[in-house]
Amino acid sequence: MKKLVMIGNGMAGVRTIEEILKLSPEQFEITIFGQEPYPNYNRIKLSNILQGDTNFDEIIINPLDWYKENRIQLFTGETVVKIDVEAKQVISNQGREVEYDDLIIATGSNSFILPIPGADKIGVTGFRDIQDCEMMIKSAEQYKKAVVIGGGLLGLEAARGLLNLGMKVDVVHLMPHLMERQLDPIASSLLRAELESQGMNFLMEKETIEILGDERVTGLRFKDSSEVEADLVVMAIGIKSNTEVAKNSGIYVNRGIVVNDFMETSVPNAYAVGECAEHREIVYGLVAPLYEQGKVLAERICVGEAKPYAGSVTGTQLKVAGVDLFSAGEIFEDGSTKSIMIYNEYDGIYKRVLTRNNLIVGIVLYGDTKDSTKLFRMLTKKEDISGVSIFQNECSGAGANDDIASMPNDELVCGCNGVTKGAIVEAIQTQGLTTLDQVSHCTNAGRSCGRCKPMVSSILAYTLGDQFDAAAAQKTSICGCTTLSREELMAEIKTKGLTSVKEVMIVLEWNNEEGCTKCRPAINYYLGMIHLDEYKDDRDSRLVNEKMHANIQKDGTYSVVPRMYGGVTTAADLKKIAEVAEKYNVPLVKLTGGQRIGLFGVKKEDLPAMWEELDMPSGYAYGKTLRTVKTCVGAQFCRYGTQDSMALGIELEKKFERLDTPHKVKMGVSACPRNCSEAGIKDIGFVGIDGGWEIYVAGNGGVDLRPGDLLCTVKTQKDVMEMTGAYLQYYRETANYLERTSKWVERVGLDHVKEVLEDEETRRALNERMDQTLKKYIEPWNEAIQNEEIQDKYYTQHTIKVGE
Amino acid sequence: MITTLTRIPVVNYSNLKARAGYSIKIDNTEIALFKVTNGKVYALENRSPHPKGGVLSEGLVSGEYVYCPFYDWKISLLDGKVQAPDEGQVRTFKVEREEDIVFIVL
Repeated sequence: MKKLVMIGNGMAGVRTIEEILKLSPEQFEITIFGQEPYPNYNRIKLSNILQGDTNFDEIIINPLDWYKENRIQLFTGETVVKIDVEAKQVISNQGREVEYDDLIIATGSNSFILPIPGADKIGVTGFRDIQDCEMMIKSAEQYKKAVVIGGGLLGLEAARGLLNLGMKVDVVHLMPHLMERQLDPIASSLLRAELESQGMNFLMEKETIEILGDERVTGLRFKDSSEVEADLVVMAIGIKSNTEVAKNSGIYVNRGIVVNDFMETSVPNAYAVGECAEHREIVYGLVAPLYEQGKVLAERICVGEAKPYAGSVTGTQLKVAGVDLFSAGEIFEDGSTKSIMIYNEYDGIYKRVLTRNNLIVGIVLYGDTKDSTKLFRMLTKKEDISGVSIFQNECSGAGANDDIASMPNDELVCGCNGVTKGAIVEAIQTQGLTTLDQVSHCTNAGRSCGRCKPMVSSILAYTLGDQFDAAAAQKTSICGCTTLSREELMAEIKTKGLTSVKEVMIVLEWNNEEGCTKCRPAINYYLGMIHLDEYKDDRDSRLVNEKMHANIQKDGTYSVVPRMYGGVTTAADLKKIAEVAEKYNVPLVKLTGGQRIGLFGVKKEDLPAMWEELDMPSGYAYGKTLRTVKTCVGAQFCRYGTQDSMALGIELEKKFERLDTPHKVKMGVSACPRNCSEAGIKDIGFVGIDGGWEIYVAGNGGVDLRPGDLLCTVKTQKDVMEMTGAYLQYYRETANYLERTSKWVERVGLDHVKEVLEDEETRRALNERMDQTLKKYIEPWNEAIQNEEIQDKYYTQHTIKVGE
Repeated sequence: MITTLTRIPVVNYSNLKARAGYSIKIDNTEIALFKVTNGKVYALENRSPHPKGGVLSEGLVSGEYVYCPFYDWKISLLDGKVQAPDEGQVRTFKVEREEDIVFIVL
C-alpha cells in the first residue's frame, strides 16, 4: 500500500481525501497532521457560532469516527515543521517522522494581522478558527466595546456576531465603500444603511496605524490622528497563505505554494491544495473552488491522469442578519459593458447583471438572491443571453422546470457540501425520496447554509414529475425516531386508538424504542390534547422543568415561583414568602417579568417542604402552559381605567392555569389603550375600551419580537372568556408542539383563525373540549406534598457518608 | 499506597422505578443512578461532560441512554460515552446487586 501524508486537516484537504477514498479506497495508507485539536469542521460556519445560531458540534464535518472508519491516522494538535523532500518524509514538532510516497500540503491560511505597533496586545485577534471565536465570546462577557478592522465579508460577519454577543461595535474600513471587491456602490450603500439600522457603527476611510493600551488593548489610532476606544480588536482584513513549512523545505512559494493545473508543486510527489496554494497567480479563499481543486488532485493522485484545473470564477454569498447578498465576476462598468438592473429601494432589493457581448460577466444581487444559481451558471458557462429573460418572474413554475432540465448533471447545487444535481437526482430515484427533508438527509444538500434549498426543491419537483406533491415535500418528521409528521401521528393516534406514549412508539414502529427528547414530550402532549380528560400524563416523558415542577438553574438548583393571580397579592402572602425565603436561606428573591415573586437557588430536596410551607399553587413558571396574566391596576383605582383589568386577569388565570399548550402562553390585560400591562406583545392581550374589550393575539415579546394582531372586539367579560377559550383550544388542536402562537398564526393565517372562530357553533364545541380537558388537572405542588412515592422518586437526595 | 475497592450499599432495588434517575451523594461524589426498562441499574457521575456541566439524574431516560437535561446530550449508560455528534465521556461506576440491595463499587 502506498503511503499518503497530508499536512493540514481543514476543509479543502479533507475534501481531497474524501475524493481519493471515493476513487480508490484501498490504495493508500493515510496519515493526516492537524494543527488544531479538532476533527475537520466547517470554517464557513464560524460566523454562525459567533452569531449564536449554532454550536461547535453542529459544524463538525468529519467526526473522529469517520477517520477511524477509513483507517486514517490522525494527529491533531501537531504541526509538521519540516518536509525532507529527498528522503520523502515529514517531521512534526513532536519529533515524529512519517514517510510518504505522495504528500499533500493543505495548510490553509492565517488571518492577516496588520504589522503595526501594538498588534500583539491582549485583546487583538484574527477571525479564523475556533480559538478566535472562543476568545471573542469570552471577551464579550467581560468587555463592552469592539472594533473590527475590515469592512469585507469576514469583518461584517464578525461585527454582526459581536453585536449579538451584546457588544458595541465599530467597523473600521480603509475604503469609502463596504465590500468594495464584491459590491458596487449602490449595493454597498444599501448594505451599510441596513447594518447601521442594526446598530453597527462605521468608520470609513480610516487607516489604523497603532493599537493603544498597556497589556490589553484600550483603543486605536488612525492616520488622521483621531482615536477610538476598544476593548477588543478583530482584524479581518484578509488571509495570508500558510506557506512556511513548504518554503523552509525548498518548495517554490510566491504568495502561496505555486501549483500547476494538476496541483503539483515544484517538487515531485508533493501537491498543494486549498488556501495555501497559488494557481495561475490566484489564491482562492472560497469553498467551491477549493473543492474543485480537491477533485482534480484526487484524480491526479489515484489515476495519474486528470482533467486539468483551469481556475474558477467565484461567487460570494453573504448573509448578515437577514440581508441576502450575492456577487460574482466583474463589479465595475467600463465602456464595453451593458448593465441590466432592478432597483427597488422600498423593498431593499437591488439586482445588477453586467454584460459584455451578450455574455454575463458580473452579478450583484442584494436583498433577493434566488436568481443567483441560474445567473452564476450563465456566467460560468458563458451562455449567450440574447432573447433570454434575465430575472425570473415571481410565478414561473414552468420556467423553473426548464431551468432544471437544462442544468447539467455535474453542476454543483449545494456549494457548501459539494452536492451536484446528478447526485440529488440519483438519490431521489434510487432511494424513492419524496420530501426535501429526506433529500437533505441522504445527500447533505441544503444542510449547511440552506441557500440551495429552493433549488433542491425544484430538482425534486422536476425529478418526480407528476408524482410530486408540493405540500408533502415540505413535510418534516417530528424527530429522527420516526418518519411520521405531526399530522400523520395525530391521525394514527385517533384511528388506532393509541393511549400511551409507549404504545405510540411500539405500534407506530419507532426506530428508537423509547424515543428521544424531541418526540417523547410531543407525543405526551398530543395524547393529552386528543384524549381530553381521559389521558394519564406520562411524567417521565416530560423534560426536567415540567417533570420537577420547578425551573432547573445552571448550577443544578431550582427556582420556586408561586402563583400570584393577576399579579395581585396580600400582605399576609408576602410575609409568608418572606419567612420561607429566610428559613431556607434562599439566595435570590426577585420580582419576575410576569408580576410575581421568584425564589431562586433552592435545593432539590427542599422543594416539597418549601411548597408545603408556602401553601400556594405553582405558578408554572417552567411549563408549556399558561404562565402569567399580567394586569394593570385598572378601573378599581386608576383614573384612566375603563374596565376592571385585575378582575378579568384573575378570572383568566384561574380558569386556564395548568392547561397543557404546545408552547408557553402569556397573557396581559390592560384597562385602557395606554396598555400598561403590555398586552400588545402577549400571546393573548386584552385592552379595555369604553363598553368592551379588544382581543389581540399572536404578540411576542421574546426572541421574535412581534406586535399582536386584533382578533376581535367583544362587549362583556363573559364574551372574553368564551372567545379566549375557543382561541386557545384551536391553537392547542392545530399547532405543532413547541410552536408559539405568533408562529402558528403566521403559518395558518390570521384570517383563517378569525373565520373559524366567527362561527358560534364551532366556538361552543371548542369550549366544550377545553372545559372537559381542564377537569383533569390537579395542583402539582400539593400532589407532591401528599404523595411519598413522588417525593422519593423526584425530590430525594440520598446522602451516604462512608465510614461513619 | 494501598487502594481499596469500597462497596457501598446505596438503595433497595425494589424502591427503584424504571426509567427514572436518582441522585446519590457518597461523601463528596455525586452519583446518578438509573434503572432502565429492562430492569438493569447503572451508575454514572452526576455531571454532564458538557463544558457548562449540569446534573444527569433529572434527564430523560430512553433505553440505555440518558439525555442531559441542560444541553440535550445523549449519553450511554453502559460506558458513559457521549453519542455523536457530541463528544465526551462520563465516569461510570460498577453496580452490584445482592438480593434487594444495590451496591456501588468505588
